[in-house]
Amino acid sequence: MIAIVDYGAGNLHSIHQALARLELDVGIVEAPDALRDAAALVVPGDGAFGPAVARLRALGWDDRIRQHVGAGRPFLGICLGMQLLSDESEEDGRHAGLGIVPGRVRRLPDTVKVPHIGWNRLRVVRPSPLLDGIATGAYVYFVHSYHAVPADPAVVAATASYGVEVAAVVGRGNLWATQFHPEKSGAVGIRMLQNIARWIVGAGAAVR
Amino acid sequence: MLIRRVIPCLDVRAGRVVKGTSFVDLRDAGDPVELAALYDREGADEVVFLDITASHEGRGIMEDVVRKTAEVLTIPFMVGGGLRSAEDMRRMLRAGADKVAINTAAVRRPELIREAARLFGSQCVAVAVDARRAGHGRWEVYVHGGRTPTGMDAVAWSAEAAALGAGELLLTSMDEDGREDGYDLPLLRAVTGAVRIPVIASGGAGAPEHLWAAIVEADADAVLAASIFHYRKYSIAAVKEFLAARGVAVRPVEDAHATSR
Repeated sequence: MIAIVDYGAGNLHSIHQALARLELDVGIVEAPDALRDAAALVVPGDGAFGPAVARLRALGWDDRIRQHVGAGRPFLGICLGMQLLSDESEEDGRHAGLGIVPGRVRRLPDTVKVPHIGWNRLRVVRPSPLLDGIATGAYVYFVHSYHAVPADPAVVAATASYGVEVAAVVGRGNLWATQFHPEKSGAVGIRMLQNIARWIVGAGAAVR
Repeated sequence: MLIRRVIPCLDVRAGRVVKGTSFVDLRDAGDPVELAALYDREGADEVVFLDITASHEGRGIMEDVVRKTAEVLTIPFMVGGGLRSAEDMRRMLRAGADKVAINTAAVRRPELIREAARLFGSQCVAVAVDARRAGHGRWEVYVHGGRTPTGMDAVAWSAEAAALGAGELLLTSMDEDGREDGYDLPLLRAVTGAVRIPVIASGGAGAPEHLWAAIVEADADAVLAASIFHYRKYSIAAVKEFLAARGVAVRPVEDAHATSR
């Protein structure tokens, strides 16, 4: 099963619907104990970094996510779910993240309106399974005030320009994350979700 | 780059889309889920639902509309109208709304903005401001769907809402609402000049020129319209082509059709 991690942060419904529409075996899971064997983990999320990471830890998801990623199984982070992979965020104080993708989460510069709400164009900088068939210039939907700055620029697969060059897609191997919301990004998003489905199924997840 | 958004607004009463003039004289304009899906296909950047029922039965119907909409939409949508507490907001977000807008409840207790921003994140908490002219260069905030004057200055309240953690403002000119004569540009200019968060212009759209003016002359981040879209006076595509031809950065409609579903 593809497990969508429910740690109380934001709208899980949309990503669940979007993946279910692609005939994937997908479910929402609150406690890691209730999940024996996840073919893939999806961590979505909106909201503040500190409370989110605290809830992930309280529920025991942090270790489970590290094990899952360590075993090379597919992992997808969306929006806050991408930022949580970092070492640390400066949102509302300082908070340690999961430290899976080294780097920091910073506030968007005050030269632009924050939050960054709306559509923006992707600049594709290297191939990734998520972006198959999606070229530079494709529009996707962002809603965020903070952005992840990976220590290793080589993990960035696409960026978007908003005051700074925002890391929009990061990852390698079977670990991928997006700052924007593919499940809210119209036809481009649907294409991306189809890519995600192909990638996850190719890595061993079951089709319904 | 800032891409400006074109947002159809669906006023929903008892599960149907309605549209009136200056918040009264409501006409039926269709099924909310069907209309939202149509706008999605046509290239809308977002959809806003305003629940104007403001009753308990209405709230349940609205939650159902939100759930059904979330099943079909591939773009984000916001829900506002009658949300009184963080719990009301949570219910709409859990039902699938991407953002919620609060109005009367925020005026009554501004601290609710801060609480909601902390609970759900600023990016999904919008404050809706209904403003009516009250003399030269001054606008008064109205609540309860435009029925109750508050004595509050709309520009000062907008700035306070932003400072408390609102992620976005949905600014409606009650004077212009439904008249299709153009947005209240001085109001819009005063508010976009006073805050550093996105402002959605609402009330008065009657032609693509009006949307252009709100963006170019008053720096609106997004333009919201209802009747011109519902009654098929203009399509989303026609509006976006008009804006793009005049140098406004918008998500092209072809993009919305880039992949078949």
